[in-house]
Amino acid sequence: MSEPILQVNHLEKSFGSHEVLKDIHFEVRRGEVISVLGSSGSGKSTLLRCINMLEMPSGGEIIFEGKPVSYRPKDKNHFRSRVGMVFQSFNLFANMSVYRNCMIGAQIVNKRSKEEADALTMKYLKAVGMSEFRNALPAQLSGGMKQRVAIARALCMEPSLLLFDEPTSALDPEMVGEVLDVIQDLARSGMTMVIVTHEMMFAKDISSRVIFMDKGVIVEEGEPRQLFENPQQERTKEFLSRYRR
Amino acid sequence: MEFPTTFFGWVFFLVQRYYKDFLRGLGVTLELAVIGTVLGCILGFIVGMIRSLPIDKGSSKPWQFFVRVLQIIAAVYVEVIRATPLMVQAMVLYYGTMSIWGIDIWSFHAGIMVMSVHIGAYMSESVRGAIGGIDPGQMEGGQAIGMSYGQIMFHVIMPQVFRNLIPQIGNTFVSAIKDTSVLNVIAVTELYFAARTITGTYYKFFETYIIISVIYFVLTFTVSRILKLLEKRLKGPENYELVKEETEEA
Repeated sequence: MSEPILQVNHLEKSFGSHEVLKDIHFEVRRGEVISVLGSSGSGKSTLLRCINMLEMPSGGEIIFEGKPVSYRPKDKNHFRSRVGMVFQSFNLFANMSVYRNCMIGAQIVNKRSKEEADALTMKYLKAVGMSEFRNALPAQLSGGMKQRVAIARALCMEPSLLLFDEPTSALDPEMVGEVLDVIQDLARSGMTMVIVTHEMMFAKDISSRVIFMDKGVIVEEGEPRQLFENPQQERTKEFLSRYRR
Repeated sequence: MEFPTTFFGWVFFLVQRYYKDFLRGLGVTLELAVIGTVLGCILGFIVGMIRSLPIDKGSSKPWQFFVRVLQIIAAVYVEVIRATPLMVQAMVLYYGTMSIWGIDIWSFHAGIMVMSVHIGAYMSESVRGAIGGIDPGQMEGGQAIGMSYGQIMFHVIMPQVFRNLIPQIGNTFVSAIKDTSVLNVIAVTELYFAARTITGTYYKFFETYIIISVIYFVLTFTVSRILKLLEKRLKGPENYELVKEETEEA
């Protein structure tokens, strides 16, 4: 088995007196694709946001490539440059072209030369099928296109781990496919990913491991086939039965 | 010497006789308004950004303390300036520096300082509002690729804030042109001061003030037209061209 890239130990998060995450414990190994399932409010998104420190965890620690991540701004930024994140609402920079959106991180965070950053940008824009649109502004694109650009932007940082926070939830049904195809290609290329999603079939197809969360705890975790076809916990069965029609 | 008898006769007479003074006054007014707006906007952007600084719990304690102190100073500055009239500020600065520190500053310099500080306070509130109005996703998008707070502000947030504030900057400039008139109380020789001096000779108040009204109007109207054009241009292209790939397609 390959070495763990990310370990989450006893992670806790509360907003005021409301506990959103309770003692979360799991690890991600190189090359794994992990899907996180659960109903709204189960803490899936908060878990991802805590991993990337967009929310400050209230307790516990995150170990990345063997070293605990500190909250000092410098360490935090470095950690984030190694871990990509794709949002539900794309969050592309509104004042920059598609090309600039992808280029800027490689250039000013990873300190790549202009030529290197350009090569990376073109490579990944082609990979997501958006190189033709490189001069467009985000506002001029459809949702699916924006999300593909957002994925390219994350890839241009050459991350060792990619986090997806419900990447298709804000998309029209006919655009979901194009984004899922891109994620599938990434999985095939061996990218390590954690995907929070509501696309059950997709999760079953693509994942090497599935985590089911409910009320801020990990209820069950296992191989997709086992978890989908033979769930052990009552809550998992209940959740999955709602998706089977 | 024969004096005119009609209203227009007097207007014509005054313009002919004093056009140099009107123009000089106009020049000073424009200088005050332009420099005051530029410096005021710079000050406003700095203060607005300081007031919007988030206090990162992960940063060092001395830095957090420093940011808090800066924010308190910025808040006091904005509140004090907004709660006092421009004319009073001009008097306090001009006579205050003289009686307290014995520094005799030129009234023109005092005028520029007062204009800048005054505009800065109002501008900073607009800047703060505009920063707060940017979708938080823009900040998160930058954070997610490891950009520092400063980098995100410089490359992502402030360009959008600036573009959104151009109409506001235009407004500020237009009111600055008119606000310069109160600086006559510290003997800045701007347009209103020029008019007041001219009325002292022939006691033709109505005619003189009509003349400067027209000058103020033409000035501000032209400026707001120019700003409209500028705003349109800065909006950027509404269309984009697809970049044709040579080989990949087909």
